[in-house]
Amino acid sequence: MSAKKILYGLFDDEEILLKAVKGVRAEGVRISDVHTPFPVHGLDEAMGLRMTKLHSAGFIFGATGTLTALAFITWISTVNYPINYGGKPYFSLPAWIPITFELTVLFSAVGMTLTYLYLNRLAPGMEPRVLDNRLTSHMFAMTFELEEDTPSEKREEIRKMLEAQGAVEVHEKDFDQ
Amino acid sequence: MFVSPIREPLIQGHKTYAQMTEDIIGPVEAKPTKTWMMAVTFTGLLAIVGFIMIGLTITYGIGLWGLNKTIGWAWDITNFVWWIGIGHAGTLISAILLIFRQKWRTGVNRSAEAMTIFAVMCAGLFPLIHMGRIWLAFFIFPYPNTRGPVWPNFDSPLLWDVFAISTYFTVSLLFWYVGLIPDLATVRDRATTAFRKKMYNIFSFGWTGTAKQWQRFESLSLVLAGLSTPLVLSVHTIVSFDFATSVIPGWHTTIFPPYFVAGAIFSGFAMVLTLMLVVRKIFHLEEYITLAHIESMNKVIILTGSIVGVAYITELFTAWYSQNQYEQYAFINRSMGPYWWSYWGMMTCNVISPQLFWIRKLRRSVVFTFFMSVVINIGMWFERFVIIVTSLHRDFIVSSWSYYTPTVVEIFIYLGTIGFFMTLFLVFAKVAPVIALAEVKSILKTAGDQYIGAGAKHGHHEEETSKPGHYETLIKPQ
Repeated sequence: MSAKKILYGLFDDEEILLKAVKGVRAEGVRISDVHTPFPVHGLDEAMGLRMTKLHSAGFIFGATGTLTALAFITWISTVNYPINYGGKPYFSLPAWIPITFELTVLFSAVGMTLTYLYLNRLAPGMEPRVLDNRLTSHMFAMTFELEEDTPSEKREEIRKMLEAQGAVEVHEKDFDQ
Repeated sequence: MFVSPIREPLIQGHKTYAQMTEDIIGPVEAKPTKTWMMAVTFTGLLAIVGFIMIGLTITYGIGLWGLNKTIGWAWDITNFVWWIGIGHAGTLISAILLIFRQKWRTGVNRSAEAMTIFAVMCAGLFPLIHMGRIWLAFFIFPYPNTRGPVWPNFDSPLLWDVFAISTYFTVSLLFWYVGLIPDLATVRDRATTAFRKKMYNIFSFGWTGTAKQWQRFESLSLVLAGLSTPLVLSVHTIVSFDFATSVIPGWHTTIFPPYFVAGAIFSGFAMVLTLMLVVRKIFHLEEYITLAHIESMNKVIILTGSIVGVAYITELFTAWYSQNQYEQYAFINRSMGPYWWSYWGMMTCNVISPQLFWIRKLRRSVVFTFFMSVVINIGMWFERFVIIVTSLHRDFIVSSWSYYTPTVVEIFIYLGTIGFFMTLFLVFAKVAPVIALAEVKSILKTAGDQYIGAGAKHGHHEEETSKPGHYETLIKPQ
């Protein structure tokens, strides 16, 4: 990937940040991203983010688990190797509910977690783009990606706006990845 | 956001976010203390002795145990059920209390989840070594084989248990680790040495805390909590089916599932308290695991302890009311037979002692709570022993009646798992934040003592709460 320049403002309180996000958006400036040390309620709405569809993925994985369990156990018990256990029918659905349930939960949880890791670009040893070491502790950042040809007046404008919205520090940082 | 003025603050000491990071990540970065080294050496040695005994069992067979023809299940399955039960509190705190939006959960959920995982690991050992031929343990899974293929019996509660426990372990592990990622990133960003930076970089998966990451994080947490809630109930239900679907008097009762689940949560909270009271002392986390947290957990103990008490009495009533002489004998024998001491030990520890928590002073006493948490764990171990051994030892033919005493091997395997569990927990407490840092930060504004309660400095309740003693008058009638 080409080199990226990121301009960001640091905030020290999530309430100021929330107001600032709304304020900046009201001025028609596009925010690239916001980094917070903990989940801030209402931030996704303030930024105009779409609701995640992760839970739908969870449902699909879960349904896959249910069907896998039922199909597999039915095939084993009625077709592949039917065994008479104490005179019970080969197709004894009530007795299969526990395993079907467990597999539903297992598929849903594992599938959803893997989807989560994939969407969030999380993997062991993934190199993070750390703007500031305090962002996972007590600072909040609002970031703007700059193009090579972004005029300096535009940068100044964003800087001024960030400070007006309550940012305690404004910095620029280059990433070569 | 409205916060009821009678809510007790859950974070003491007028913390800022930076201080919270310092307080919670500090112990991870500090050099291991002497106490920690000594504790981990002791528990590690205990674990090693346990594993040697397991090695002997695998080499020479389970003839090294005190089991006999009549009593085929004893300490092994007792320990299995005991450990599984302990695990349940972790899931209850992290999943069920998340759905109920209980804020005090955030102070204790991380260690409780860690406890769940380590407890399930200890639990899983027992059925495996009880098989005798542990190298054939994979037979329990349905896989295509050249023996027919012969599949496991899908109608059997023992197979349900295999699926329940393995699913439970996997889901708990995922839930725990997903929550741990952001906090490990905090350790990474504060790291001063290259080695620490590298290690935590690997384990924090490249987390940066963007808005979208957190949005997905919250969505995943909620769904995992929703999945774990019925899961945790199903796990102990299925464990109870191991007994309840049999025809042994004393075992085949329909009350078992709710009774086992309540007992599991009861013993699990006791273990959480045992661990947390030590952790808060060693790592100086009294401001994050407050008396309010301890009191809340003790209230859960009263509730589940009372359910367990009612279940014991219901069992006795049902035995009498059923007019079934075998069932009646099983319970007379339980309370007055050769194992009377275990029955009355169980009754004292589980039914009578938790009722002392109705007294507010005792509920909020750290020393008393610690003592009680140990008593309850002993009581819950006795419960499983009573159910398993006393129901088996006098079976259908008088000539095969027997008595069971554990051998040294069994005793040390059990103590070994306690050592193993404690070692894992101590190592975890050293390398990862024991408190879910990001989650605790998210409740600061609604549960920090500078925002609510008597000492509140700012916040929405300034007018009402600025009077000294206001909060106290709401809690205590004077």
